[in-house]
Amino acid sequence: MIRQIEGSLAVAEAVALCRPEVICAYPISPQTHIVEGLGAMVKGGTLTPCEFLNVESEFAAMSVAIGSSAAGARTYTATASQGLLFMVEAVYNASGLGLPIVMTLANRAIGAPINIWNDHSDSMSQRDCGWIQLFAESNQEALDLHIQAFRLAEEMSMPVMVCMDGFILTHAYEQVDMPTQAQVDAFLPPYEPRQVLDPADPVSIGAMVGPEAFMEVRYIAHAKQTMALDRIPQIAAEFAQVFGREAGGLVRGYRLEDADTAVVALGSVVGTLEEVIDARRAAGEKIGLLSIRSYRPFPLAAVRAALAGVKHFVVLEKSFSVGLGGVVALDVRKAMSGMAAVGHTVIAGLGGRPITQASLQRMLDDVMADRLQPLTFLDLNWEIVNRQLAREASMRRSGPIAENLLRDIGQKPAPEAKP
Amino acid sequence: MTQNIKFYQTGTFTVGNRLLDPEHRAVQASIQRDNSLTSGHRACQGCGEALGARYAVDAAMRATDGQLIAANATGCLEVFSTPYPETSWKLPWLHSLFGNAAAVGSGIAAALAVKARKAGLERSAVRVIAQGGDGGTTDIGFGCLSGMFERNDDVLYICYDNEGYMNTGVQRSSATPPGARTATTVPLGPNPGEEFGRGKNLPLIAMAHEIPYVATATVADLRDLEAKVEHAMSLHGARYLQILVPCPLGWGAASCDTIRLARLARETGLFPVFEAKGGEITAVTKIRHQQPVENYLRLQKRFAHLFGDKGRPDIVARIQAMADKNIRRFGLLEAAE
Ligand SMILES: Cc1ncc(C[n+]2csc(CCOP(=O)(O)OP(=O)(O)O)c2C)c(N)n1
Ligand code: SF4
Ligand SMILES: [Mg+2]
Repeated sequence: MIRQIEGSLAVAEAVALCRPEVICAYPISPQTHIVEGLGAMVKGGTLTPCEFLNVESEFAAMSVAIGSSAAGARTYTATASQGLLFMVEAVYNASGLGLPIVMTLANRAIGAPINIWNDHSDSMSQRDCGWIQLFAESNQEALDLHIQAFRLAEEMSMPVMVCMDGFILTHAYEQVDMPTQAQVDAFLPPYEPRQVLDPADPVSIGAMVGPEAFMEVRYIAHAKQTMALDRIPQIAAEFAQVFGREAGGLVRGYRLEDADTAVVALGSVVGTLEEVIDARRAAGEKIGLLSIRSYRPFPLAAVRAALAGVKHFVVLEKSFSVGLGGVVALDVRKAMSGMAAVGHTVIAGLGGRPITQASLQRMLDDVMADRLQPLTFLDLNWEIVNRQLAREASMRRSGPIAENLLRDIGQKPAPEAKP
Repeated sequence: MTQNIKFYQTGTFTVGNRLLDPEHRAVQASIQRDNSLTSGHRACQGCGEALGARYAVDAAMRATDGQLIAANATGCLEVFSTPYPETSWKLPWLHSLFGNAAAVGSGIAAALAVKARKAGLERSAVRVIAQGGDGGTTDIGFGCLSGMFERNDDVLYICYDNEGYMNTGVQRSSATPPGARTATTVPLGPNPGEEFGRGKNLPLIAMAHEIPYVATATVADLRDLEAKVEHAMSLHGARYLQILVPCPLGWGAASCDTIRLARLARETGLFPVFEAKGGEITAVTKIRHQQPVENYLRLQKRFAHLFGDKGRPDIVARIQAMADKNIRRFGLLEAAE
C-alpha cells in the first residue's frame, strides 16, 4: 500500500511486520521516532506478542538484545552515533557470539564537538566489528532492507546493521510502498536459532577461548561474511520476486555502461548524485555512479567489476579517518588495486553539512579538468581553518577550537538542536 | 548429670544435616542434587565462590525443577568454569561481558516471556538467574543491575562477593573493606590498605529500588543460603542475593578456612545476614556469640599489616566500630537469655 509517512515510521512498521519478539530502546536522535513508533505498537496491542524494554543505556540495550537473541527470540534495537559508541563492547560481543540481532543505525556524526546531524562516522567506527552493514539510499529501501536484514541475519546467524541517514531519511516524509503482512510472512520464515539457551538441551555459550582456537573462531566469522556476499544478492532477488521491486544487493551501478569517470558513494547522497550524473550525461560526459549497499561484507569483486572500464573514480564519503583520509576509499582502492584508474577521495557532508548539487558539479568540474586533489574536503571553509591555525601558532592559550571557529563565523549552533 | 542439648544447627540452618529429617536436609546433602557447576573446573582450592555458586545454582535448579538459565559476568567464576572447550555448567549458560550480566538476564527473561505467551501461558516455566562477582556487580555492572531492578525484570541476580577483583589479580573494588590490602590499595602510608569512608553497600542500594526480595548469605550457612534461593525463586520480579564467598588467594587465607571465615564475617557483625521485601528488612540472622573482629582479621594476610610490632590497633578498633555499628543498625545480637 502506498503511504506518505516519515522514514522512521516506515521503518518501525516494516520492523513490526517482521514480527520481532523483543525490542529494546534507548533514546538518541535521530533514531528516536523508530523506537517510539514500535513502542506505541506494542503498548497499543497491535504488535503482539512482543516485549518492549525501556533500558537505561545503549550498552544495556545491546546486552538485553544479546540475552533475548541467545534465548531464541527475534530481537531488534536501534541507535545512532554516541549511542553506538556507548554499546561498542556489546556490539562486538553480539557478532562474536553469532547472534542474529537486527539494529537500525540512524547515521549521525560523533562528537566532540557534539553534533546531531548526519554523516557516516558512526557506521565506519564499527567497520571491523563483525556485523553486516547495509546502507539505504531511500526510505523505501530502508524499509525493504529491514525485512531482508532479518532474513539474512537469521540465515547467517550474524547480526545486521541497517544504516540510514539520520534526518535526511529518518525524518523525511516520503511515499513508500508498505508491504502486507502476508508478503512479509511469505518472505521471512520464523526464527530457527542455530544455538539457543534451552534447559532441555543445555549448552554453554561464551566460553573463554585461548590461542588454540581464537583465530579459527574469527576466521569463521569472515568466512560467513564471505558467504553473505553470495546470499545478499540472492536474498535481494527473492525479495524482488515477492515484493515486486528491487532493493538491497551488494552494489548498484547507475549509468556506468561506457563511463570514463565514476563516483562511488553510499546512502542517501546517491539520490542527489543521480541528478548530477544525469545533468553531466546530458552535457555529453561519460560519467556514472556506483552505490555501495553492502559495506560489510565489502563487495571487492562487484566493485572491481562495476568500475572495470573507468579511468577516474571519486569516492565521495561522509566519513573520515583523521590522520589518513577516506575510510570507504581505502576499500574501493583495494578493490581497484592493479587497475590503471586514478582514484580520488572526497570527504563531504560531515556533521550534516549539506552536499549540494552545485558543490558536486564544481567538484566534478575539477575531476574533468584533472585538478582534483587526491584528498579533498568538499566545501571546507579554509578561511576559518587558517585563522584558527594561525591563532594556535601565535599563542599558547588559544582556547577551545570549536568555540573559536563559531565565533569566527559569527554563528551559534542551530537552535532546534536537541542532543 | 543430664544436660539439655541445643541443636544450634537446626535452629540456624547451618550444615548439620544429619540432625534433620531427610526432607529438610540441604540440597547439597542429596545425591539428587544437580551438580550444576560440576567437578573439573579450575577454581583454587577452597574457593568460596565455587562453593557459593554450586550451592546457589543447585538450590535454584531444585526450586525450578531444572527449568533454569544462567547469565554470567566475566570474572573468576566464568573463567574457572569454562576453559575452552570444556564447561562445568550443566544448565544453559551464557557469558557475554563483564558489566552486563543483569541486562543479559533481562533479555533472556523477555524472550522467555514472549515464548510463553505464544504458547498460551501466562508466564514461562523457565526461570533466569544472572550472576557475577562483586566487581561485576557493584562497579562495572551497576548501571545494568539498577536498570534490571528498576524495571522489576524477572531475574534473580546473585553477587558472589569476595571483596575484590580476584580474576585480574586482587585489585580493590567498591566492595573491598576498609583496611584491606589489595594490589591497588597497598599497605603503605598513614592509611594502609583500603581507606575508610569509601565503598558501597549494595544490598541496601538494592533495597532502595523496592524490589520484591533482597537477601544476604554466606557460604558458611548452607541451609540459610539454600532457603533464600528457594524463596527467591518462588517470587517473580527483580530479586537480589549477595553471598559472601571468601577467596583464599585474594584474602591470603588458608584454603581450609573458607567456611570459618565466612562464619566469622557474620559472627563479628562485619557481614550482616538479612532479608528484605519491598525495601523493608523482614528478617536478620542473629549472632549468638559475637566474635571480636580481630579473630576474623588475623586469619587473613590482607590485614596482616594491622598486627604485629608495627601493627595498627587504631585501625582494628575502627573496624570493630564498623562491626558494632552493623550490629546496632540491623539488630544482630540475640537478646540475652
Ligand atoms: C570491560 C572490562 N573491563 C575489565 C575487564 C577485566 N576483568 C575481568 S574479570 C575482572 C575482575 C572480576 O572481579 P569480580 O567481578 O569481583 O569477580 P571475581 O573475579 O572477584 O570473582 C576484571 C577487572 C574486563 N574483562 N572487561
Ligand atoms: S582467586 Fe579466589 S575467587 Fe578466584 S578461583 Fe581462586 S579462590 Fe576462587
Ligand atoms: Mg570479586
